[in-house]
Amino acid sequence: MQRKFTYGLALGVLVASLSMSSSLFAQTATDEIAKYREMIADGNPSELYEAAGEDLWKKPAGPKNATLEKCDLGLGPGVVKGAAAQLPRYFKDTNKVQDLESRLMTCMQTLQGRNSKEMIDAPFQVGPKKDMEAIVAYVVTASKGEKIKVSTNHPKEKEMYELGKRAFYFQGGPMDFSCASCHGEDGKRIRLQDLPNITTQKGAALGWGYWPAYRVSSGQFWTMQQRLNDCYRQQRFPFPIYASDLTIALSMYMAKNANGGTVETPGLKR
Amino acid sequence: MKIKNINSLLACTGLMLVFALPVGSAVAQQQNDPKFNKMMKDGFRAEGIAGLDRIQQDETQKFCSDPVFAGSVKGQAMREKIQKINMDSIKQPSDGKYIGDWKKGEAIAQSGRGATWTDKADTPIGGGCYNCHQIDKKEISYGTIGPSLWNYGKMRGNSQELIVYTWNRINNSKAYNACSNMPRFAHFKLLNEQQIQDLMALLLDPASPVNQ
Repeated sequence: MQRKFTYGLALGVLVASLSMSSSLFAQTATDEIAKYREMIADGNPSELYEAAGEDLWKKPAGPKNATLEKCDLGLGPGVVKGAAAQLPRYFKDTNKVQDLESRLMTCMQTLQGRNSKEMIDAPFQVGPKKDMEAIVAYVVTASKGEKIKVSTNHPKEKEMYELGKRAFYFQGGPMDFSCASCHGEDGKRIRLQDLPNITTQKGAALGWGYWPAYRVSSGQFWTMQQRLNDCYRQQRFPFPIYASDLTIALSMYMAKNANGGTVETPGLKR
Repeated sequence: MKIKNINSLLACTGLMLVFALPVGSAVAQQQNDPKFNKMMKDGFRAEGIAGLDRIQQDETQKFCSDPVFAGSVKGQAMREKIQKINMDSIKQPSDGKYIGDWKKGEAIAQSGRGATWTDKADTPIGGGCYNCHQIDKKEISYGTIGPSLWNYGKMRGNSQELIVYTWNRINNSKAYNACSNMPRFAHFKLLNEQQIQDLMALLLDPASPVNQ
């Protein structure tokens, strides 16, 4: 028994030293990042955004001096819990498929009389978008732990999914990139950053399920619209218009593929 | 019509369905879709140096945006045509020099900057090579989208054939693989001739850390 153990140990050490390649070092580095993430997960700073968002949800604002408390995110007016887990979805009143942010924009316009164009044109992290980010944090936190359950039963939902799929594979720009260039295969990474394969359920759940998220590197809470915006920047594309059908279609593609996964938002990202 | 004919007609339809299905489930980028085109057109605005011309696809981009077709037997002729277009666009070095300075090459390989809407027109564009490739073994922060290039020259030697092949790959990888993930560095003027010579040195110079 003792001999067997020593032999096993020696073999283990041999195998370990033989495979001590730099890919192993790289793996260790990603493990360290995961450990770091775990360490600060208890105090995810997005809680501050969430609290601010709850206040904004309940505070009368805009030309109509109304709150967002009657906003229908798909589960009925005022229902926040679980709503983000089922978005994007088709809304009868707008006759459109909407993601969380475009839907919130509709509520701000109809309930509060706020101008959507101002929101669309505003830069991220300041002014009206800063409020939007906080409200998004509030809404997604209320779905934490729920199963992602996005429908493509409505023809417009199905159509949006197909458009999103096509956009996902659309190559352009001076580097010939598409979303699929980085997110279309298993086990790939850029530098040390692991890339989920969004064409699979598992990968989509890892991607969609963890955004919106607090980004430690920028010290900011990022919504999915901002995440997509920066993906396109890195792809060297022109600027995707906030809440455009393009961004909603891509969200629909990711969300539907992620069905069955768990909402882990707000995530915590490097 | 005789029953027998109907049966063969049915069989034929069934056969057609079998063949039609994979095509139907493809991304179908090759087909014109006004709704999709409008969504893309309305989905972007120009910002900084990133103009709307960047979503005007050339033939290669259009072909590769439909990966199911691009990888299919049906797409084979088109794939060869795309590769030829890209191969024909490659220029060999104007001064006849293929190998530059590997130290400069390493800096280019490290930099992933340039060509985004937050970059200025005169921001030097990097090769971004480490984003996708393992290169110098001492650098642990590398990507895995492309193959490892560690010991590239050591394993392959430095025949003229290999030198030209490597030059061509850096200039326009799509000449060999129509839908390679690698950017066409010379085609879109992302890197100039001198920079590509320096990258060549990084891969092929026996003194480069890549070949240690």
